[in-house]
Amino acid sequence: MAKTELATTQPQKEMLTIRPPKGWISLNLRDLWLYRELITFLTWRDILVRYKQTLLGASWAIINPVVNMLVLQFIFGNLAQMDTGGVPGPIFRYTALLPWMLFSKALSSSGRSMLTNRGLITKIYFPRLVIPLSSVLSGVVDFGISFLVMIGMMIYYKVAISWAMLTIPLLIMLTLIVALGVGLWLSALNVLYRDVGYILPVMTQLWLFLSPVGYSSASIPENLQLLYALNPMTGVIEAFRWAMLGEAPATLGLQLATSVGISLIVLISGLFFFRRMERTFADMI
Amino acid sequence: MTIAVHVENLGKQYKIGTAPQNRGGYNTLRDQIAGVFSRQKRLEAKKPDNMIWAVKDINFDVEQGQVLGIIGHNGAGKSTLLKLLSRVVEPTEGMMQLRGRVGSLLEVGTGFHPELTGRENLYLNGAILGMHRSEITRKFDEIVAFSEVEKFIDTPVKRYSSGMYLRLAFAVAAHLEPEILVVDEVLAVGDAEFQRKCIGKMNDVADAGRTVLFVSHNMSAVLRLTDESIVLEKGKMIMRAPTAEAVDYYLSAGHARAGEKVWEPEDVPVTAAPFNPRAIRIVDNRGNIVETIRSTEEFTLEFEYDLSAPITGLRVGIYLYTARGEPVFTSFDTDDPRMFNTHTERKAGRYMSRCVVPPDLLNTGRYTLGVNASSYRIRRYFAEERTLEFNVDPAGAPGMHWDEPRPGGIRPRLDWKIEKLDK
Repeated sequence: MAKTELATTQPQKEMLTIRPPKGWISLNLRDLWLYRELITFLTWRDILVRYKQTLLGASWAIINPVVNMLVLQFIFGNLAQMDTGGVPGPIFRYTALLPWMLFSKALSSSGRSMLTNRGLITKIYFPRLVIPLSSVLSGVVDFGISFLVMIGMMIYYKVAISWAMLTIPLLIMLTLIVALGVGLWLSALNVLYRDVGYILPVMTQLWLFLSPVGYSSASIPENLQLLYALNPMTGVIEAFRWAMLGEAPATLGLQLATSVGISLIVLISGLFFFRRMERTFADMI
Repeated sequence: MTIAVHVENLGKQYKIGTAPQNRGGYNTLRDQIAGVFSRQKRLEAKKPDNMIWAVKDINFDVEQGQVLGIIGHNGAGKSTLLKLLSRVVEPTEGMMQLRGRVGSLLEVGTGFHPELTGRENLYLNGAILGMHRSEITRKFDEIVAFSEVEKFIDTPVKRYSSGMYLRLAFAVAAHLEPEILVVDEVLAVGDAEFQRKCIGKMNDVADAGRTVLFVSHNMSAVLRLTDESIVLEKGKMIMRAPTAEAVDYYLSAGHARAGEKVWEPEDVPVTAAPFNPRAIRIVDNRGNIVETIRSTEEFTLEFEYDLSAPITGLRVGIYLYTARGEPVFTSFDTDDPRMFNTHTERKAGRYMSRCVVPPDLLNTGRYTLGVNASSYRIRRYFAEERTLEFNVDPAGAPGMHWDEPRPGGIRPRLDWKIEKLDK
C-alpha cells in the first residue's frame, strides 16, 4: 500500500509516446535544449582528451598554425610572389589561418564524430545532434590559443587596434556554422559510407587552396569572382582579415552576403538531413 | 495504479543478407552506386526474406513501481526490446508510451574515456546518462563511496583494474534516479560482495516507487528482484506470469532432454577441431540412461568424443549448475595429477571420459550440466554451458522427515555425533 500512496503523491509525469518515424521529421530542438549540459560535457571531454598523453600538449595549437603559415608564406609569398595589398606576408597569412584552422578542425572532427562516439550511440538515447555540435565547439579553445600568437604578431608588425575587431565573435560563429552545416552532412553520410573518412582530408586540402588563405581574393579574375564567393569560407576569411588588419578586397560585401546565405542553407539542410538519417544510426553504425 | 510503460504491437525489423551488418557493419558508396544501377540488387533488398523481425507483436503494460523481469534465450529479442524501450533504436511498427525519464544500464561504463580521471569520467558519464551537473555534484561523495575507489578518484581510469572500473561505472548508473530504469545483465560484473550491493541498490530503486525492467540470464537474481516476468522466444512474447512460473517455463523450454545429448557434426562449431564431442549421458547404477537420479544413489556421467588430431594437455570436464544458474562444481578428467601425467598427450581416436558422482551429494531439484574441453592456458576447444538437464529425487535424503526446502546446491550426508558433556 505504501507504494500506491507514493505513486499518487508524485506529480504526474507527462507520457512520452514513441511510434515508428514517418517521412521527414521535425528538428526537435526542444530535446536538444534539454540535453544542453551534455553538449558542454562532451565538448569539455574533447578538449581535455585532445592533448593528454602528448609531449607538447596545448602548444600544438600554436605549432600547427605557425608551421602552416610558414609553408603558405613560402609557396604563395616567396615562390609565387602573390600580392597581399601591402600587408606583410606572414601576418596576412596567419590571420587567414585562424578561422581556417578553426573551420578545418571543426569539419574533420564533426565529420568523424558519429563513428568515434559509436559506443554511445548504440547504447544510450540522447539527441544525436549533440555529437557533431560538441565536436565543432571543442575547436574554439585551440582558436583561443592560436590567437595569442596573433596578438604577438600584431605587436611586432605594429597593427593598430580598431573597432572592426569587435566583429570577430560573429565571424567565429559564422565559421562554426559553415563547419557544422558541412559536418552534419558528412557525419550522417559517414554512418552509411565509410568513404567519407577518406574524402575528408582530400576535401579540406582542396578547400584550403580554393579559399583566400595563402593569397588575397583580389587575385581572382573579375569574371570568376561570383563563383569564387560561393565558397562560404571566402567571405569569412576576407572579413576576418578586414577586422584584424583593415585590409579588404572591393568585393567583400558580396562575399560576406553569399557566405551567410550559403552557410545557412547548408546548416538547415544539414540539420534536416541529419535528423532524417538519425533514426537508422543505431541500426547501421 | 498508474501505468508507467505501455507497449502495443511493438515490432522491430532488421535487414539481413544485403544489410550492412552482415559485412562487418559498413557500406561503401561504390556498392550503393552499383545498387542504383542494378535492378536485381534493388529487388533483392526489398525481398521479405532479407528482413527479419527481431521482436514482433509485443504487448504489455508495466505499473509504476513494478519490477518486471524479461527472460529469454540468446537471440530471443531481449536486447532489441530493451533498446527500443531505452529509445536507442526506433520501432518499425506499433507504439509505446513511457511516463517519465528512462534510464538505461544497457552497458555500464558507456562513454568512459580511458584518459580521463575517475572524477572527470564520473561527471561525464553522469551527463551521458541524463543527470544534471548539480545532481552529480550533490551525489558525488555518495557515488564515490559506493564505488569504493576513493583513493584513485583522480587517477586516469586506464590505470584502474577492471573491477574498479566496473564499480565506478555501476556506481554512477546506480545513482541515476529515473522514473523508469532499464537494466541489462549488469549483475554479471564484479565480485559477490559488490553484486549484493547492486541488488540492494536496485531494491531501493523499486521501493522508491520507480519502475524497473530487468533482463538477466541469472535466474536467481531475476527471482530475487522481480515478482513478475515476461518470457521472450524468437522475438515473440510467449508468456507473462509470476516470476517463479516464468523461470520454470524458461528453464524447461528448449534444452530439456531425457538424460542424453548427442551432437551431430553440424552442431559443433568448426573452431572446436580437433575436438569433436559425440555424446554425453547420465547413467544410473542399474545402467539406464536417466533424466532423474536419486540423491541416495551414485550415478555415472559419460562423455564420448573424437579427436581428429592428437592434443597435448587436454582436459575434458563438466560444470554443474543449479536451475537458477548458481555454480555447484567444476571437475575435469585430469584433475588428479597422476592422471594428468599419464595422459599428457591424447592421440587421435575415439574416447570416453567417465566419472562417478557419489551418493548423498546433490540437493533436490533441477540441475544443468555444461561441458568443457581445453588445454589449460593454451586453448579452449569446446565449451557449452547448458548441455543437459537432470532432476535429483530426494527420497531418502538426509532431513527428509521435515517437510521444508533446504537451500543450496548440495545436501551432503554428514556424520553427526551428539554427546552429552555434563554427564
